[in-house]
Amino acid sequence: MLLSIKNLHASINGKEILKGIDLDVDHGEVHAIMGPNGTGKSTLASVIAGREVFDVTAGEIMYKDKNLLKLAVEERAREGIFLGFQYPVEIPGVSITNFMRTAVNEVRKYKGLDPLSGGAFLKLMEEKKKLVELTSNLANRSVNEGFSGGEKKKNEIFQMAMLEPELAILDETDSGLDIDALRVVANGVNKLRTKENAFMVITHYQRLLDYIVPDFVHVLFEGRIVKSGTKELALELEEKGYDWIRKEQEG
Amino acid sequence: MQSAVTNKITKELMTGLYGECRKAISVNDYPALTALRDEAIRRFEETGFPTTKLEAWKNTDLKESFSKEYKVVVKPEPVVDVQKVFLCNIPHLDTAIMGQLNGWYVSKDVPLMKLGNGIIMGSLAEALKQYPELVEAHLGKYAGVNGDAFTSLNTAFIQDGVFIYVPDNVKSPKPVQIINVIHSNESLFLQSRNLIVLGKNSRLSLVHCDDSYNQQASFSNVVTEIRMGEAAFMDHYKLQNLNNSSSLVSSSYFELDKAAKLESHYISLNGSLLRNNIRLRFNGPHGIANIYGIYLMDRKQHIDNQVFIDHASPDCTSSELFKGILDEHSSGVFNGHVLVRRDAQRTNAYQSNRNILLTETAKVNSKPFLEIYNDDVKCSHGSTTGQLDHDAMYYLRQRGIGEDSARMLLMYAYADEVVSKIAIDPLRYRIEDMIKKRLQGELQICEACVLHCNTPEHPMEFVIDMTKI
Repeated sequence: MLLSIKNLHASINGKEILKGIDLDVDHGEVHAIMGPNGTGKSTLASVIAGREVFDVTAGEIMYKDKNLLKLAVEERAREGIFLGFQYPVEIPGVSITNFMRTAVNEVRKYKGLDPLSGGAFLKLMEEKKKLVELTSNLANRSVNEGFSGGEKKKNEIFQMAMLEPELAILDETDSGLDIDALRVVANGVNKLRTKENAFMVITHYQRLLDYIVPDFVHVLFEGRIVKSGTKELALELEEKGYDWIRKEQEG
Repeated sequence: MQSAVTNKITKELMTGLYGECRKAISVNDYPALTALRDEAIRRFEETGFPTTKLEAWKNTDLKESFSKEYKVVVKPEPVVDVQKVFLCNIPHLDTAIMGQLNGWYVSKDVPLMKLGNGIIMGSLAEALKQYPELVEAHLGKYAGVNGDAFTSLNTAFIQDGVFIYVPDNVKSPKPVQIINVIHSNESLFLQSRNLIVLGKNSRLSLVHCDDSYNQQASFSNVVTEIRMGEAAFMDHYKLQNLNNSSSLVSSSYFELDKAAKLESHYISLNGSLLRNNIRLRFNGPHGIANIYGIYLMDRKQHIDNQVFIDHASPDCTSSELFKGILDEHSSGVFNGHVLVRRDAQRTNAYQSNRNILLTETAKVNSKPFLEIYNDDVKCSHGSTTGQLDHDAMYYLRQRGIGEDSARMLLMYAYADEVVSKIAIDPLRYRIEDMIKKRLQGELQICEACVLHCNTPEHPMEFVIDMTKI
């Protein structure tokens, strides 16, 4: 098992958000995490990535048979966990090229590999840019600075392609995207899907799942996974809405 | 005359010294200069050294700097091994170097040169002898003696410093670099005076460096007057890299004629107490002044930038961008004052001061201030003080970049907004390099210092490759 979450409880400022999550993700799988706003989808992504503002109060996360909760954010990243941000951060003064070169080489160093030379790095970048249909002028700009919503999300997918994670978590990557950008993002993900990696796609709407077809769909509600199924569950949700879940839970 | 006295620096010491030395220091004066000195010392005697009771010095306390004893020298001391002190090793930086040792002009050959293109450069003391009319037309005209006490004191004791004259329509073919090195086994109180005159439509790049050679304490009171003629252009760099026990009060007075353009950069890397008084006046319309500052302070260091821009003419543009990173117990002050006078229509004036405090004990006082007497203006000012962006840190780390590297990357990027404005490429590379070393706590006075270092540069490995590929 690549990722195994058991009875995960997490809170922020004393307020419990995750109230006992159980989830297994294996190589080659795509899991969609759905649910209404404010039920803990982004919190789950942040806790897996290791954001320090959240306190894990109970439960465990095993990743490649390691206790993930003991690793720092950057160690998790070097172990192959990638988070596509819902709101990618603007970093003035740091070029994407420089940022990615530093990141790629730090990950390589962790794996005991030599850093990529300038030429090899540039070649890799050109290749991945093509893969995710990123226009060349973005790479020399500061990270996310002045990017449109679509450009920011494409840039996330580009970074994912550069870092080749084993577990990629995409946190509402579809939010704010027009249909063309959505297609570019989804194509990127589909091209990067292999038997050796896995994806967790967090989304509010079923729309993205027309392009990225999941193996499993989970519904997160009030900090718990209340329903799991296959891609048909997403269609059912689309049809009946989240009120259906709410009523079921309350009833 | 006594050529030196060692004591605590007080008003009485300095006025007494002036009385004793007046004759000797004014030996080459034109008559008006001696009168100016007398007026200056009288003004200084009225005010004395500034204290924190004065608004302009409220957050900069000189008490500690003045608690030490300094040797005040009124006659240059013999120079040992000029070559060794002024060896400059910025790769590919081709400059005409002017050396100052403890404020006195030093040269291997002639103290004042007149080049084929008419540029005169060298010692101010020598210029007083050889070109008294030229000096008289400008010296003391921009600095005045009615304002700052340090400027008054400096004016009373004017003896030597750098003199540069660029005639009308002459463009200096290479940058001129003034290197002022403090090198003594005693703690010195030194005052030097620089005068830079740019004719109409002339051009000059000037790199002005203040450095310590060893760890000995010092106190410098430097005044530089810069007159820019019509449509003159100057690219100006002040680089301050003193040891941790040295204080520097550096006052620059700029006077810009019609359509003159100034790009000025204040790069403060090290020093116990650094105070930059920057005063600029637009003497004619269509002038442009861009003033940038970057300061990196730690330990108990203190930096104070005071910028006063006098929009005395219409259609001028000034912009200020000062950015600082303050670590440990360091402190900073920024006072920006833009005055837009009644007749200065269509003025553009922008002021920005931004600070990052890395610790809870670091502090900053920032006061951008606009004083506007005309309603046809575009002005803005802003000041921010904060920590490194936590969200950006998390974002970088989530991509596998370690905490230290992420912090470095963010600090460097923050400084780069100012550093990227440096137009002389080899100088910019060197300053980028120094800032990296400074941020990593590896910048050592005399060891890897930019200016007078005579050890071969040892290549350094950086975790972060900043080269723009």
